[in-house]
Amino acid sequence: MESSDLQRRYIDFTSTLFREGFLDSQYTQLQQLQDESNPEFVTEVVTLFFQDSEKLQDDLTRTLDQEVVDFKKVAAHVHQLKGSSASIGAQRVKNVCMAFRICCEEMNREGCLGCLQQARQEYFLVKSKLETVFRLEQQIVAGGGSIPTMW
Amino acid sequence: MSSPRGGGKERGGDGERQIHVLAVDDSSVDRAVIAKLLRSSKYRVTAVDSAKKALELLGTETNVNMIITDYSMPEMTGYELLKRVKESPKLREIPVVIMSSENDPDKINRCLEDGAEDFLLKPVRPSDVSRLCGRMRS
Repeated sequence: MESSDLQRRYIDFTSTLFREGFLDSQYTQLQQLQDESNPEFVTEVVTLFFQDSEKLQDDLTRTLDQEVVDFKKVAAHVHQLKGSSASIGAQRVKNVCMAFRICCEEMNREGCLGCLQQARQEYFLVKSKLETVFRLEQQIVAGGGSIPTMW
Repeated sequence: MSSPRGGGKERGGDGERQIHVLAVDDSSVDRAVIAKLLRSSKYRVTAVDSAKKALELLGTETNVNMIITDYSMPEMTGYELLKRVKESPKLREIPVVIMSSENDPDKINRCLEDGAEDFLLKPVRPSDVSRLCGRMRS
């Protein structure tokens, strides 16, 4: 694919992510922080988010699976997931976490399980989309082009 | 003595010395982001994942110009770290900035009343870091 076609595809794809609420302005902030001293900054931070989130989802599954649920522990994990999703601009994941917190406060196990399922869905969606973004960036650079700035 | 705007250097007897910020956050994502924000303003950054490690480092490292810490951390919170720093004759002059994702006025006031230099809401922005530059310990 031509470099300009890839760039066009990149712009369309990332614009859609923002329009559909998968990403918010915090993601743009991370892109703006990236520079020659750390050209892989965004990928590195997002990779940390992937690792962090998957561990937290496993922790949440385990904690909610207990006979007596420790809702304080659940809330602590949700707080962490909300924080890291907010830090990379994963808006939909963050929004699910806000609802999740309310279920924790209400000590509503079924509600929490529903929120966990939603969080997992949103997480895998945004993960897949970000992986596409990174793949497109790699293809653009490999083709000798430059990654369009979205701000 | 205030630092140059957006700059990470201060004047010392042996010429310019890079301002050293200790960042404390149990979240690997937030640690990476805050460290990058600070390094973009040319500060030297040491990032640790707990208040306990922060205190260990402060026990050996004499050249810390500011501490920026998350509030909610397991074992020892950022607030507890603030109290320990302000109670220490050796450390009390180091400005401590608290970060939190929760906009809780009671929490914010308590931190400020107990000696925090500032309270930043997460996610932290470059403009937040810019406003800290005049508050570093010289």
